[in-house]
Amino acid sequence: MMSTHQTTSPHLPLIPISPFPRGCKLRVLAIVFSVALLLPASVSRGAEPAAAKNAIDYNRDVRHILSNNCFKCHGPDAGERKAGLRLDLRDEALKPTESGVPAIVPGKAAESELVRRVFSDDPEVRMPPADSNKRLSDAEKDLLRQWIDDGAEWQQLWSFAPPRRPVPPEISTLKHADWPRTMIDRFVLARLEAEGLRPSPDADRPTLIRRLSLDLTGLPPAPADVDAFVHDKSADAYEQLVDRLMSSPHYGERLALEWLDAARFADTHGYHIDSGRDMTRWREWVIDAFNRNLPFDQFTIEQLAGDLLPVPTLEQRIASGFNRNHMINFEGGAIPEEYHTAYIVDRVNTTGTVWLGLTIGCTQCHDHKFDPLTQKEFYQLFAFFHNVPENGLDGSKGNAAPLLAAPSREQQRKLEQLAAEISTIERELTAPNAEFDRAQAEWENASRKGAPPLWATLAPAELGSAGGATLAKLDDGSVLASGANPATETYTIVAESSLKRVTAVRLEVLPDDSFTAKGPGRSINGNFVLTEVRLASGAVGDVMLKAASADFSQQVYPIANAIDGEPRTGWAIHPEVGKPHAAVFELAEPLEGDGPQRLTIVLDCQSQFGQHQPGRFRLSVTNSPDPRGASALPARIVELVAVADTERSEPQRAELRAYYREHVSSALRPRFEALAQLREERAQIEKRVPTAMVMQEMTAPRETFLLVRGQYDKHGEKVEAGVPASLPPLPAGAPANRLGLAQWLVDPAQPLTARVIANRYWQMVFGTGLVKTSEDFGSQGELPSHPELLDWLAVEFRESGWNVKQLLRMMVTSSTYRQIAAVTPELLAQDPENRLLARSSRLRLPAEFIRDQALAVGGLLDDRIGGPSVSPYQPAGLWEELMSREDGANWTAQSYVQSHGADLYRRTMYTFWKRTSPPPTLSTFDAPDRETCTVRRARTNTPLQALVLLNDPTYVEAARKLAERLLNDGDSTDERIVFAFRLVLARRPSDRELAVLRRVYDKQLAVYRADGDAARALLSVGEAPRDETLNLAELAAWATVSSMLLNLDEAVTRG
Amino acid sequence: MNSQREYERLLNRRHFFGRTATGIGTAALASLVNERLFAADVDESPKPHGVLPAFHFAPKAKHVIYLFMSGGPSHIDLFDYKPQLKAHHGEELPASVRMGQRVTGMTAGQSTFPCVAPMFQFSQHGQCGAWVSELLPNIANVADEIAIVRSLHTEAINHDPATTFIQTGSQQPGRPSLGAWLSYGLGSENQNLPAFLVMISQGSGNKTDQPIFSRLWGSGFIPTQHQGVRLHSGRDPVLYLSDPPGIDRAGRRRMLDGVGELNRLAQESFGDPEINTRIAQYEMAFRMQASVPELTDLAQESRETLDLYGVDEKGTDGGFARNCLLARRMVERGVRFVQLMHRGWDQHGNLPSQIRGQCRDVDRASAALVADLKARGLLDETLVIWGGEFGRTVYSQGQLTNDNYGRDHHGRCFTMWLAGGGVKPGLTHGETDDYCYNIVRDGVHIHDLNATVLRLLGIDHTRLSFRFQGRDFRLTDVEGTVVEKLLA
Repeated sequence: MMSTHQTTSPHLPLIPISPFPRGCKLRVLAIVFSVALLLPASVSRGAEPAAAKNAIDYNRDVRHILSNNCFKCHGPDAGERKAGLRLDLRDEALKPTESGVPAIVPGKAAESELVRRVFSDDPEVRMPPADSNKRLSDAEKDLLRQWIDDGAEWQQLWSFAPPRRPVPPEISTLKHADWPRTMIDRFVLARLEAEGLRPSPDADRPTLIRRLSLDLTGLPPAPADVDAFVHDKSADAYEQLVDRLMSSPHYGERLALEWLDAARFADTHGYHIDSGRDMTRWREWVIDAFNRNLPFDQFTIEQLAGDLLPVPTLEQRIASGFNRNHMINFEGGAIPEEYHTAYIVDRVNTTGTVWLGLTIGCTQCHDHKFDPLTQKEFYQLFAFFHNVPENGLDGSKGNAAPLLAAPSREQQRKLEQLAAEISTIERELTAPNAEFDRAQAEWENASRKGAPPLWATLAPAELGSAGGATLAKLDDGSVLASGANPATETYTIVAESSLKRVTAVRLEVLPDDSFTAKGPGRSINGNFVLTEVRLASGAVGDVMLKAASADFSQQVYPIANAIDGEPRTGWAIHPEVGKPHAAVFELAEPLEGDGPQRLTIVLDCQSQFGQHQPGRFRLSVTNSPDPRGASALPARIVELVAVADTERSEPQRAELRAYYREHVSSALRPRFEALAQLREERAQIEKRVPTAMVMQEMTAPRETFLLVRGQYDKHGEKVEAGVPASLPPLPAGAPANRLGLAQWLVDPAQPLTARVIANRYWQMVFGTGLVKTSEDFGSQGELPSHPELLDWLAVEFRESGWNVKQLLRMMVTSSTYRQIAAVTPELLAQDPENRLLARSSRLRLPAEFIRDQALAVGGLLDDRIGGPSVSPYQPAGLWEELMSREDGANWTAQSYVQSHGADLYRRTMYTFWKRTSPPPTLSTFDAPDRETCTVRRARTNTPLQALVLLNDPTYVEAARKLAERLLNDGDSTDERIVFAFRLVLARRPSDRELAVLRRVYDKQLAVYRADGDAARALLSVGEAPRDETLNLAELAAWATVSSMLLNLDEAVTRG
Repeated sequence: MNSQREYERLLNRRHFFGRTATGIGTAALASLVNERLFAADVDESPKPHGVLPAFHFAPKAKHVIYLFMSGGPSHIDLFDYKPQLKAHHGEELPASVRMGQRVTGMTAGQSTFPCVAPMFQFSQHGQCGAWVSELLPNIANVADEIAIVRSLHTEAINHDPATTFIQTGSQQPGRPSLGAWLSYGLGSENQNLPAFLVMISQGSGNKTDQPIFSRLWGSGFIPTQHQGVRLHSGRDPVLYLSDPPGIDRAGRRRMLDGVGELNRLAQESFGDPEINTRIAQYEMAFRMQASVPELTDLAQESRETLDLYGVDEKGTDGGFARNCLLARRMVERGVRFVQLMHRGWDQHGNLPSQIRGQCRDVDRASAALVADLKARGLLDETLVIWGGEFGRTVYSQGQLTNDNYGRDHHGRCFTMWLAGGGVKPGLTHGETDDYCYNIVRDGVHIHDLNATVLRLLGIDHTRLSFRFQGRDFRLTDVEGTVVEKLLA
C-alpha cells in the first residue's frame, strides 16, 4: 500500500530536474546587515519622478502590483489560471470570468469584482488569498481602484515596445544649463531638477584618472600618468585620456572580465568529476574582439553562430565556443540524455539572460507566470541549440566534442612559415632539372638488365644457427633453414668477399615453399622480425653501419630498427609476406683491402614473437659509391626502369623521377633530409596545438519535443525552431538556425538586445543599471530609473553600428560620470542607492581588480595578454580536500599545482577557475562560481575579506615589493608615504593621514630593529626575490605600512 | 463546464482548500487554520538576527548540526530492518516491486537483480525498542534520544544532483544551501564567528569517486556572505586567519588602528556608510583571529570528553570524531549551522567490509555528540541530523556471493535520524515494503524534511524567500509539508 503522499505528491518520484530550474544567476547587490533585501518592490521604485506621480501610468504604477500579486494565478500561464481570469492582457481581463462576473469594468471601480475582492475583509473572499503570503498595501488598493475608475488602460510591457529615440530635454529648460557636457547629462539633469536636486561638481583629476583607469582597464594609473594628466593644459585632456585608456590592450581584458561571467567561462567542466578543459583560445578571442572594437552585432553573431557563417575563419569558429562554456558532466552512472538536455537548457537560459534580459528559464516546465512567454516557445528556442554533435556524458579528461584544432597566433605564424619552407623545397625537388635528369638516365642504364652487376653474392664459408636449425647452401647462393625452428634465433655467416672495397651489405629474404606461409620468415604467418644486424671484418673487427634501407617495412617495424642497437626493436614485413624483400646496410666507412676480405655477418632475431626468423636469405656486397642506388629496387620501379623513357606515360615518368630523386640521388639527399626535418618540426607543433570546444551543426538535425514539466524523458508535442510570438519574427531571409537566431537578436526590430546591452555597460560604468535588475527586463524586473535615457542610449548604440567603445566613451565623458563621490546625509537619505545620479557612486572593486592592483603597485604584475590559465598562490589542499580519492589520477585538474615565476603574477582573469572549488580569495570578494551565467555580481563587505587582504601571501608579498619601491624611490619617511599614496590611491595624503602612517612606521621600525628575525620572517613571504641591498628593519616596517594602504577602504573602492 | 459552480467553489475558501488539501495545499491549509500567522507574528520569542523581522513560530532549535553521510549509507544494512528479506535472499527482485524504476548507468546493463538480505544482526534498543544494526552499537545506545525516519525519498539517483538536492532543495546548481538560508534568515548568535561553518572528513569505506562541491554550502543567488565558511584542520582553520610571520598581535593591532583611523578620515570626506561597515568588519576579523583558534583548540577539552567522542590524534577515523566535538563547541558559542561532510558511503562493491569500517569511523562520535549535547543541556536547542543523499538498492550490484555484495544508489526510500531541537525522541517514523524498496507509510520527501527543519527553527518554510529573476524563491521550492509527527 502506497502512502497518499507518494501517490498524489506533485513531486513525482522520477523528476530528474526540479520544476523551477535556475536560469542565469545574478548576485544581488547587498551589504552586510542590510535589510533592504526583503522590502517590497514598490519601495525600491523611489527613483521615479515625483512630478509624474499624479497621473496613473500602467507600466510604472500598476503592472508590478498585478504582476507581483495576481499574475501567478491570473497571468500568462494557462496551466495555472484560476477562474478563467487573465489580467495581463486588457481584452482578456475585461471578458466575463468563468462565473460570468466581470473582474474589471473600466471607469467603474465600484462594479468591478477585482476591487470588491481586493478590499474585502473576508479571508474567504479577499484577494490575493491568504496562502499566497501576499498582501496589498492600502496605497496599492487605492491605486488599483483609481486606475479602474480612470478607464483601466493597459500598456505593452515597456521593454517589448521598440525603443524610439526620445528628444533630449532642451538645455534652455534646465536650471544648471552649463553642467551638461553630453546628451546623457541632459536626461540626468532634467530628472535631478524634477526631484529638486542638483548635480555634484567634477571630481579632481587624480580621482578622475584613477576612476577611469580602473573602469576602462581594471588597473590603477601609474604616478607618472597621474602627473601628466594633472598638468595637461589642453582643453580635451580628459577625452585624450579616455582615448588612450581605450586603446590600451588592457581595455579588452577589462571588458572580457564581464563577459566571462556572462559566458560562464571556467577551466573545468563542473559537476561531479570536474575535470579540466581548455578554452584559452576562446578567451583570447573575446579579449581581442573588444580590443579591435568588433561591433556588438558581429560579436553576437560570431559567438552564437560563427561556425555557420558562409566561409567561417578559424577565429569565428573559435568564437562559437561561447555556447560550449556550460558545465559538462561525466559522473559514472549518470544518464546521458538527462545531461544533454541540461546543456541545451543552459544555452537557452544564457541567451535569454545575456541578450534578451528575460527569465526564459521559467518556461522550461510551464508557461511564464509573468511574461508573455510560453513553454512551447522555450522548446522552440531549445531547437536552435539542439543540433550539435555532442555527448551527454563527456569531458572525462579534457575538452569535449565537438572540437577544433585552434593553434595560437604564435603557432599559426610558425606553421605558416614552415608550410612556406616545406613547399619551397617540395617545388624545388619536383621542378624540371636537366642535371638531375641526366644523372637519373645514367642510373637507369646501370640498373637495367645486362648492366654489370652491382652486387657480388657472398658464398658462405661457415654457417651457424644458435637455435640449432639446419642451414643449407642452395645453388643461387642463398641459405635455407630447416629442421629445428627455435623461438629466437641468431645466424652467423662467415664469407669471403671478392671485392677489395665494400661500401654496403645487402640481405635478401626469399620465400620458399617449405615454409608454413611460404615465408620468407619461419613463423606461422611468414613474417620475421630481424632485431639486429652486425658486421665484422677479419682485418678491422667490428664494422659500424650508418644507414639501412629496405624495399618494404611493416608499420612500426622500420628497417632502421635493425641497426639501432636495441634488441627489442626490429625490421618486419607483414603483410607483404610470401614475397622476396631486400635490405641494404651501408657502412659508416668503406672497407678497403688489397684482396678479398673475410666478413662475419650476424643476423639476430630476438623479438617477443616466436619463430620470427628469416628461413631463406642471401647476402651480397657492393663497392658502389652510391650504395643506396644499389639497393634492391621495388618491383614496380624495376618494371619502370625496364621500359624505355620514350615508351613511358607521363605519370610513369613522374613516378620514376620522384623515386630516383628521393631514394637514389646522393646529391639530393641533404635536401630531402632538410624536408624531413621541417615536416617533423611541423608535426611537433601540431601535436601541441590546443583544441577549442566549438559549435557545429549536424547534417541531420535532431527532432525537438516539448518536454513535459521539463523532464528530459517526457516528450510532448514536436516543435520547430522559432522565436517567441510576443517579439518580432526572424528577420526576412534569415535561416531557421542559430545564425538566424543570432541575426534576430541584433535585428533593429527586436526591442530588447540594444537596451539590455546598453544597460549592462551602464551598470559596469555607474555600478547599477538604469534597469537595476539587469538580468530581468520582464514584468517582475524593475522599471528603468531613466526610461528615456535608456532608450536614447539603446538607439544611439544600435545606430552607431553597435559601437561599444563609442557607447562607453559617451558614458565616461559625461558630467554625470565626472562628479565627486562624496555624499551628504540629506542626499543619502533621499537617494541611498544613487539611482538619481546626483553624485558618483563609490563601488567596491571587483575581486580581480583588487589583486591586479596589488600586483601592479608592488611592481609584480605580468601584463602579457592572453595565454593559458595559471595557478597563483592558494592554501594547500583545497582541491584535494574536496576531490581527494584514490582514483583521482583517472581525471585531470584534481590537485592544485601552483605556478612559479611570471605566471604567479599574471592578471587575475587568467587564474585557473575550478568550478567546484573556485579560487577562494576571489569567491570571498563575490566572484561567482561560474557554474551558470552571471550578469550582476554582489558587492559584499565581510570580515573574511579583511583576512584575505591582511594575510594572503599574495598581498603580504605585494606589500613587501611595494615597500622596496618606496625605499628605492624616496629619501624621507614623508616622501615615501606620499609616493605610496600616489601609487595606491593616485593622490597625495593629507597631513592627518601622513601623521597616522608616520606614527605606525616609526613604531614598527623600532619593533623590527629590535627583532631582526621577525623582520626576516615577514620579508620571506612570497617567491619574488627580496632586494638584499635594503635595510631589513626599514623594509619590514615599510611593508607593514604598505599593507595598511592595500587594506584601506579607499584602496579597494573605485571612488 | 459549469463555470458558475467553479466560481462559487473559488468563493468558498474552505471548499477550495478542502479540494486541494490532498495535494499541495496541505501546508496552506495548516496556515489558514492558524490565522495568527498572517496577523501579528509570534513575538514571545527573541528576535532573529537575520532578515526575518520575527520568528513565525516559537523556535525549538537554535542551532543545527548536520552530519551529512556523503555517498548514501545503506538503509537496508543499518536501520531498515526487514526479517522477511532473508527469505528472498538471492531471488530476483520482483517486477511488481521495482515497477520500472530507472536505474543508474552502472547497473542498467545488469542481467539479474538478486535481492540481498543484510549479513548483519539487528536488535531492538532502548525503551522505544528501535531496531538498529549491530554495526552501530553506540548509536543504538542513544536510541531513546533520536527519531529514526525510514521513509525519506528523493528523485535523484546520482551523487551530484542528489547531494545538491538535499542541501539546496534543487537538483540543479545555483540555489542557496540550507545553512545559507538560515544565515540569511536568522543570522548568527555570535558576532565573533560566522553563522555557518563547514567541516569535511573522509571515511575508510569507499575512497574513490566521492567528490563534494563548494556549492553544497554555497549561497546561490543570495548574498555571498551567507555561504558556509569551511573550517580546515591545518594552521589556518579559516583561510588566511593567521597573521603572516613577523607580525605579532600588537603589530596587527597597531596596523588595524591605523587603518581604522584612515578609514574614519575617509568617512568624513565621503560620507559613505559603507566605510563604517568596513571598519566594523576589520574589527570582527581581528576578533575572529582569537575566537576561531579558541574554538578549535581541543586542548581545552577533558580527556574524558576526547575519549567519549573517540578523538583519535592519528586521524584513522578520517577526522570525523574531531569534527563532531568541534561541532559541539561551535553550537556552544552560538554558531547557527554546522555542516559536517563525511565521505565514503558509496559502497557499490565490497559493501560488507567497507560498511564495517565506515560505521566504526562514525558510530561512536555520532552517539557521543548526542549524549554530550544532552549532558550539557544543549540538545534541546540543537537539532542533530544524520544521513546521506539517498539509500541503496536491495538488489546486489555486481555478483552476489556468500560473503560479498554491493548496492547501487536508491532514492525511493532511505533512512535518516534526527535528534534534539524539538524532535520527538524515541520515534521510528515511516515504513517501507518488505524489500526496503518502496515506501508504504508516511513518506518524507526532501522538501518535507527541509520544511520540518525550518519549522523547528521557528520559520515557516513558505515565508522565507528571496526574490531572484522576478520570482520569490524558497528552500522548499513550491512544495514541502512539515512532518508534524516528528515534532515533540
